[in-house]
Amino acid sequence: MSTSKQTADAIIVGGGLHGCATALYLAMRGVNCAVLEKDYVGRHASGVNAGGVRRLGRALPEVPLADTALSIWRNIEDLIDDDCGFKSLGQVKVAENNAELSALKNRAKTVQDIGFLHEEIIDQKQLRELLPAVASHCIGGLYVNGDGHANPYRTVTAFKRKAISMGVRIFEKTPVTEIVRHGKNWQVKSPSKKIEAPIIVNCAGAWGGSIAAQLGDYAPVEAQALMLMITARMPHFVKPVVGSQGRTLSFKQFDNGTVMMGGAYQGSAEPEQNNTHLSFNGLAKNARAATAIFPIMRQATIVRSWAGIEGVMPDNIPVIGAGSADGVYHAFGFSAHGFALGPLVGKIITDLIDGGDIELPIDAFRIRRFSQNKDI
Amino acid sequence: MKDHYDIAIIGTGPAGMAAATVASAHGADVLIVDEQPEVGGQIYRGITHQSIKDKTILGDDYYKGQSLADAFAASNADHVSGATIWQVSPEREIGISKDGAAHLLTADQVIIATGAQERPFPIPGWTLPGVMTAGSAQILLKSSGITFSNAVFAGTGPLLYLIAYQYLKAGVPIRAILDTTPKSNRLKALPHLPGALFHLSSIMKGRKWIKALKSSGTLFIEGIDNLKITGKDSTEAIEYLLQNKWHRIEASNVFLHQGVVPNVNLAMASGCIHHWNEQKLCWHASTDEWGSSNVPGISIAGDGGGIGGAIAAEYQGRIAAYQALYTTNKVKKQERDTNVLPAQHALTHEMRIRPFLDAMFRPATQYRIPTDDATIVCRCEEVTAGKIRESISLGCAGPNQLKGFTRCGMGPCQGRFCSLSVSELIAKAQNVSVNELEQLRLRPPVKPLMLAELANLTTLASEDT
Repeated sequence: MSTSKQTADAIIVGGGLHGCATALYLAMRGVNCAVLEKDYVGRHASGVNAGGVRRLGRALPEVPLADTALSIWRNIEDLIDDDCGFKSLGQVKVAENNAELSALKNRAKTVQDIGFLHEEIIDQKQLRELLPAVASHCIGGLYVNGDGHANPYRTVTAFKRKAISMGVRIFEKTPVTEIVRHGKNWQVKSPSKKIEAPIIVNCAGAWGGSIAAQLGDYAPVEAQALMLMITARMPHFVKPVVGSQGRTLSFKQFDNGTVMMGGAYQGSAEPEQNNTHLSFNGLAKNARAATAIFPIMRQATIVRSWAGIEGVMPDNIPVIGAGSADGVYHAFGFSAHGFALGPLVGKIITDLIDGGDIELPIDAFRIRRFSQNKDI
Repeated sequence: MKDHYDIAIIGTGPAGMAAATVASAHGADVLIVDEQPEVGGQIYRGITHQSIKDKTILGDDYYKGQSLADAFAASNADHVSGATIWQVSPEREIGISKDGAAHLLTADQVIIATGAQERPFPIPGWTLPGVMTAGSAQILLKSSGITFSNAVFAGTGPLLYLIAYQYLKAGVPIRAILDTTPKSNRLKALPHLPGALFHLSSIMKGRKWIKALKSSGTLFIEGIDNLKITGKDSTEAIEYLLQNKWHRIEASNVFLHQGVVPNVNLAMASGCIHHWNEQKLCWHASTDEWGSSNVPGISIAGDGGGIGGAIAAEYQGRIAAYQALYTTNKVKKQERDTNVLPAQHALTHEMRIRPFLDAMFRPATQYRIPTDDATIVCRCEEVTAGKIRESISLGCAGPNQLKGFTRCGMGPCQGRFCSLSVSELIAKAQNVSVNELEQLRLRPPVKPLMLAELANLTTLASEDT
């Protein structure tokens, strides 16, 4: 195959949500971008995740970002001409006993102490009003009004379409095989093309660690296969997205009546083969958690389960920010909660590249946190 | 049911029964499991206690299943009937639901013998109540003696004529037979006739059915160029295009059929590689001479890997069983080879008629790839051909992306009734061969599973954390 040579102002590695969003924001500022995607846009975690748009329960460094991200989601259609199926019906974390409820109370106070008031404690009566089908032993919860969920594949596809309409070149089935310095540029090679640009953004998700290494940075990202399952259509019985303090559970019902369940139950991932294997023992635990919180789920029928390949960092928060070499930026390793942040992170990376002020605190996400602690 | 078996066999049709009989005769610990309450698969359905007294109705070929079923009944294989097999993992972990409880068990060797299913027939109105496949009509006949008077049979293929003939023998009036076999097929089948002549009796049998149907006075119309079924809430009529003119026959029952294709879902979900067979217009398992797939320990026997018919399936079941016995050190190489040799010869002979049948009854494009945008392709999610074409024009590259665009293939059947049409439709729109498209990724459970059963699943000790 002949390799074509091209140039751009910025190259983005990875056509997931963060890659496409970054490309779109850059293009809106007149930056000529190329996205290189080894499979197709939204093939992995970006396209098959649970679609949660949540502030509830975020790691503290992520709270300000999640809060700002929500304002983008509220007007997502203005940005990309598609509402992405975003529904703002709230998110709630259920407590089944007093110990869990007091843990939730502590959490709400911690978030208030850093200046955010969105997480509120609700009592048993309020919980029942919010979730009429919840098991009778549940005694309260932590609720965030305004959180919700969107359709992940539709979202990443809408970002892709809008980016292309703004002139972004997206090359699918184009795996990066090598990145080398070429004068002031980064030259990125794939079997079918060579492309170079002064700026490179690593949005390679679970594959972000090896891309970072080629750019002179270190990040111990682990590829995980996080399992989800979905039921046949059921009568509508729940509106908000539901989690649990004592069990790992993420639970939501869609407009079409199907119910999706997850909770970071792991299968096994083979990132080199694009392959995942499911563990039915893990799914059984997920099923036990769902039936404990919603007894109606005993009547449910599972029609499909799957896992996306996600990049998870040891401290469970992502890498966002500049790399050590000139022109290098990273946004990967979102550790199973990157979907809601995607549109905002595209903007943050664009602001960084643009040399503008970043109003949000992103120091906690710097890539050097791993090399500083690394035993050499 | 035990936690582990030497050999697990999925399906109690001719391939499965033959494999189980051979395997257990050589001392293997064998599990055989099927969805149906009785053995026989589709072809020998109801064979163990057939209620139809007149043996000429179902015919001699059907009763060939009797000796196979008798031998199987005498074997000591563990037989679990009426069960749902919801997954076979690449590690040969088998998920089975029976009587409201789910089980996970393992086997050293798995033989998948899931048989055939009828090819979808996506024409306007094919989802209306009153339309069913001819095979479904035959199931009702074989298992319960139920028939429908004045139904229209439409389509092509030996099974269509056979079922119509069985109706005739049973004295059930047929409104019409609309034959969609393209006239040009005869010429294309001609080069394959020499091979088919080894099976002259089969060809003569088919001719006998058609002759009997025509001479019975049943309306038998050949050379149909297009079909649609109309009705408000249920089937009221079938309309057909003949020599550029549409005609209409009022009917409340229409039986469609245009051949059978391998039932590949379970094998595909297990990671067995499949390829598109352009002669047969369907997916075929990529297996070796023993039926072994690319997944270690998983083999495919019978029509589930590629259509060969009941007799061929029986031989393939035997061959796969001997290979499984050899792999698990139950028989020596020489014993395996001596025993499979007759089966291999018989299988080669059995397959000689296939190229002729494939060419003769190849369904025309308009019955496989709907031309009318309003025609439903995915029954579960009610996705139309027009919606699929629109998604392709928006950049949808293959069947997996189509799920995200339209939910096509995401219903409970997981593409069982649409994946052939979808693959051909996308390939045609993009002007590529089906083999160039990514295959639909099937997600376990392959069959719907109650959440309550999953919640009570006994945890395998090896995986407990």
